[in-house]
Amino acid sequence: MTTGRLIPRRRDAHPVPRYADYKTSVTRSPTLPLLSLESTPSEETGPRFGHGLIGPLDNDLIRNFSGGEGLAIGERIRVHGRVLDENGRPVPHTLVEIWQANAGGRYRHVKDGYFAPLDPNFGGCGRTLTDEHGVYEFMTVRPGAYPWPNRGNDWRPMHIHVSVFGHAFGQRLITQMYFEGDPLIDRCPIAATVRDRAQLDRLVAPLDIGASRPMDYLAYRFDIVLRGRRQTMFENRLEGM
Amino acid sequence: MVQPLETLTETASQTAGPYVHIGCIPSFAGLPGVYPEDLGLSPFSEGAAGEVVTITGAVLDGMGAPLRDAMIESWQADAAGRYPGTPGADPLVSGFCRFAADKDTGEFTLRTIRPGAVTGHDGRAMAPHVSLWIVARGINIGLHTRLYFEDADNASDPLLSRIDPPARAQTLIAQRTAPGAYRFDIRLQGAGETVFLDI
Ligand SMILES: [Fe+3]
Repeated sequence: MTTGRLIPRRRDAHPVPRYADYKTSVTRSPTLPLLSLESTPSEETGPRFGHGLIGPLDNDLIRNFSGGEGLAIGERIRVHGRVLDENGRPVPHTLVEIWQANAGGRYRHVKDGYFAPLDPNFGGCGRTLTDEHGVYEFMTVRPGAYPWPNRGNDWRPMHIHVSVFGHAFGQRLITQMYFEGDPLIDRCPIAATVRDRAQLDRLVAPLDIGASRPMDYLAYRFDIVLRGRRQTMFENRLEGM
Repeated sequence: MVQPLETLTETASQTAGPYVHIGCIPSFAGLPGVYPEDLGLSPFSEGAAGEVVTITGAVLDGMGAPLRDAMIESWQADAAGRYPGTPGADPLVSGFCRFAADKDTGEFTLRTIRPGAVTGHDGRAMAPHVSLWIVARGINIGLHTRLYFEDADNASDPLLSRIDPPARAQTLIAQRTAPGAYRFDIRLQGAGETVFLDI
C-alpha cells in the first residue's frame, strides 16, 4: 500500500466555495476557515475496488443501459486519459465514475424536466478502473448543453461529471470535463468558480483526432491529477502537538 | 531563472451537481440494472467484529433547510482501529459507505460498525471517528469532516484539541439518542457551522 503524508491542497487551484453568480453556492458554502492539519492515516488510506466490480459494459455508455440491445442516440465519442498524482506518477487501479446528460441535454433523473426527450437506450452513468499506467477510457455520446435555473438565462456547457478515488480518502475528487471550443464555457458561472484560468483550461478536453476511429467515433483526451504524497526521507515529529 | 519544479497541480474540483446520484448510486437514482448494485451500500458485512451503530442526521444549508440532494461518503477503521487494507484488518469491514439524503426529508442514515481508536503518525491515539466527505449542488469542492461519538473518550484527540474556539469541537460529536443510535447534523454555514477540514 502506498503511504506517506499528503501534500496540502492548493486551495487557490480549486473553485471558490462561494460564488454569487452560482446562487446555490451562497447558502451551501462554509463561511468559517477550514481546519488545516497534516494528513493522518484516516486521510492517507482509502477504499480500494477490484476488477471484480467492473462489468464488461460498464465503461460503454452507448450500450450499458440497454445491456447491449440498442445504441444510444448522439455523436459517438471516446473519452480517455490518465490519472496521475502531483508527482507525475500514474495512479493505477483506481475507480473512475462518470455521469452525464444525453445527447439532447436531458438527465435520466426524476428532477430533470427539460423538454429534450429521454433516450430509451441511454442511462448516463459509467465506471472503470485505471490500468497499471493510470489509463482509463469510456465510450459515450457527446452530452447536450442544457438550461438550468440560476440567473435569467444560464446554460451549462456540454460536460461530463467525473469522480475519482485515488488511493487515499483525502484524494477524493469530483470534477467536470468540458469540450474544446464550446462557447458556453466562458458564460458558465459554475465553470467560473475556478478563478485560475489555467486551472479552468485544464478542465477542457481537447479533440484528440489521433485517438479517434475513422467512420466510428471522435476522441477527447482528459487527464486528471490527484493530490500527491510528500516524498522525503525525513519524517520529524512535532513535539507537544 | 531557476530550475523548473517538475510537479503537477491537482485538477480543479467542480460541483457534483444535482444529479450526482446517477453516477455514484444509480439504483438509488432510479436507474436499476446498469450495475448489479450501488457501490458502498454498507461499510461492513454481517459477522464483522464490533458494535453496530446507526447514525442519522441531515446536511443543513445556511438557512437551516436540509439538503435533499446531498451525497455523503464515509471511511473508517474497523472495531480494533485498523483501516481496511492494512495488516490484520477485519476482512468483513470495507470501511467505505455511500449514502444520500432522503429526496423528500433530507435525512440520511449510516449503519456501521463503531470504529476503534486509530494510532496517528506521532503515536498518539485518535479518538474513534468516521471520516465524512459531502458533495451536493452548490458545494464546489467536496467537504471533509469527521464524526466522533459522544460516549467515547474524546478528551485527548489531536484533531479535536486543535479546534479554536474549543466549543466548535461539539459540531463534530454525534449525540447518543438511544443505545447504539446517534444523531449527527452537518451545518454548512451559520450558527453552529460544522468544522470542515483541510487535511
Ligand atoms: Fe450536469
